[in-house]
Amino acid sequence: MAKATLRIWRGDAEKGEWKEYTTETDDGMVVLDVVHRVQAEQAPDLAVRWNCKAGKCGSCSAEVNGVPRLMCMTRLSELSLEQPITLEPLAAFPRIRDLVTDVSWNYEVKQKLKPFKPRKPDAKDGTWRMDQQDVDRVQEFRKCIECFLCQDVCHVLRDHSKHKEFIGPRFFVHTAALEMHPLDTEDRLADLKNRDGVGFCNITKCCTRVCPEGITITDNAIIPLKERVVDRFYDPLKRMFRVFAGGER
Amino acid sequence: MVWPPSVRGLLVTEGVRGEGGVLRNSEGKRFMFDDIPDNYKTQTADTPEEGWRYVTGDKNARRPPELLTRDHVARCIRREVKAGRGSPHGGVFLDIAWIKEKIPNAPEHIKRKLPSMYHQFKQLADIDITVEPMEIGPTTHYMMGGVKVDPDTQMSTVPGLFAAGECGAGLHGANRLGGNSLSDLIVFGQRAGEYAAKYAKENSSGSINNDEVDAIARWSLEPFERDAKENPFDIQHKLQDMMQDLVGIVRVEEEMKKALDGLEALKERTKKAGVSGNREYNPGWHTALDLDNLMTVSEAVTRAAIERKESRGAQFRDDYPTKDPEYGKFNIIVQKKADGSMEIVRQPLGPVREDLQQIIEENK
Repeated sequence: MAKATLRIWRGDAEKGEWKEYTTETDDGMVVLDVVHRVQAEQAPDLAVRWNCKAGKCGSCSAEVNGVPRLMCMTRLSELSLEQPITLEPLAAFPRIRDLVTDVSWNYEVKQKLKPFKPRKPDAKDGTWRMDQQDVDRVQEFRKCIECFLCQDVCHVLRDHSKHKEFIGPRFFVHTAALEMHPLDTEDRLADLKNRDGVGFCNITKCCTRVCPEGITITDNAIIPLKERVVDRFYDPLKRMFRVFAGGER
Repeated sequence: MVWPPSVRGLLVTEGVRGEGGVLRNSEGKRFMFDDIPDNYKTQTADTPEEGWRYVTGDKNARRPPELLTRDHVARCIRREVKAGRGSPHGGVFLDIAWIKEKIPNAPEHIKRKLPSMYHQFKQLADIDITVEPMEIGPTTHYMMGGVKVDPDTQMSTVPGLFAAGECGAGLHGANRLGGNSLSDLIVFGQRAGEYAAKYAKENSSGSINNDEVDAIARWSLEPFERDAKENPFDIQHKLQDMMQDLVGIVRVEEEMKKALDGLEALKERTKKAGVSGNREYNPGWHTALDLDNLMTVSEAVTRAAIERKESRGAQFRDDYPTKDPEYGKFNIIVQKKADGSMEIVRQPLGPVREDLQQIIEENK
């Protein structure tokens, strides 16, 4: 088959440069295969995170020709080999080395979110009953593999670095999964409005576009959360009532 | 998956067969009905019709032969391929699309029940499993052997070192059954953690031998300093190919002895494995360090497989194709001799608890 040239960003937290590697390709290869071949043949110290090679672990996130993608699920056949394929680390997180970034901020965010709080079991057998429809609704959100491509593409994080004020699409999906869970009794709306920055999202749907699991992040998770926040805090009548009653803002 | 080449070896879940997927050869024949082991005959469906009733939840039906143990399915596939009845890329066909003959809305049903398989084949092989069959073949299943641990505490023979999951040995006998890995992790992972914490509380930290620490640190950095550099990835790939070839699904003594010789040659090359670059996230360096362990594990697997002159579970020996009850009375332990070489010890099994033995008898 044809040769491919990878143009890979090589460097550490401080500095780096683009380096080009040309190698043979085989039928059906994905970008990660070519990276591994370059590693084995030309650049054994090329740093890259990967694990399952099946789009399930979310480790090999990178920017392929400028688009956040899983390298293991990006087939060469969908890219042009006429010009070099550029590979660079995620832009929304601090660089460590080559294609590896420090995504630990995400785990810190998750720690802050209120966990699942189920109501007391109310079925005769000491468990619960849920309607299939309610299960299906949250099932979509649970497909998330935490590759953080949605976080990477989101301009609120990527361009405006609002990491302190905004939790990002991934954690709106997580919050939505909990908020819409038929057994959950926790209330996360004040957090969403004040701490999690749901208002920063202006629905450009970039996150939905890059999600390798096809989760309809904006329409099914973020917009319903925004609606709930608006309904609670910005309904004029309710707002007036709250001012007099001294409730949460 | 056997195609495309770069995803060869990627897992196709047993769930496909559990949902009614059938195996066919290039002649379109459902070949698993041809060879049902005697001890499974009473539990296996006689007809495709009964098999279908089983996968759709009929408690009175017996399972289709596609759901026989993995080692058996693997050998049947190998047989079909060797007889020239394989698929174009050296596997056989796994078909779930056929269930459209049985149920309405089959494509939606398949997508709902097997979402990740649908996704995986669509994206990586351009195959729509709701319409056409998949090409599949046997791959490495699971490591049944591993670190010898105490069954209750999960502590190894090195005090304070605990192991759980696939790296530990003993739980799954000669062949792990589908779904048991997760239960293993949940139960014994928790136990390992619990007893490790208990051990840490009850014992003071041991004394550290600085000479040993220095020696291992020096050893770790050697790959950076070597002049004649062997490529560590190259050695790893050679090892994989050799073990697949000589200590794979079907084993014979002669080939395994060849593998032992091959391992000695690869060990010599490992001593020359060299890398460049920095010490942060350097995969070449990590591979160079892993090689020693890979050689140890490969040698232990090979020596134990030679020692076991029978076929049992995942081990199939062409030169000893049947199960030998004598080999069911002991475990094969690989341990290090004073000179550093490997020693094989047969450790007799203790008696099985009566209530457990009863369950075994009931299931025979």
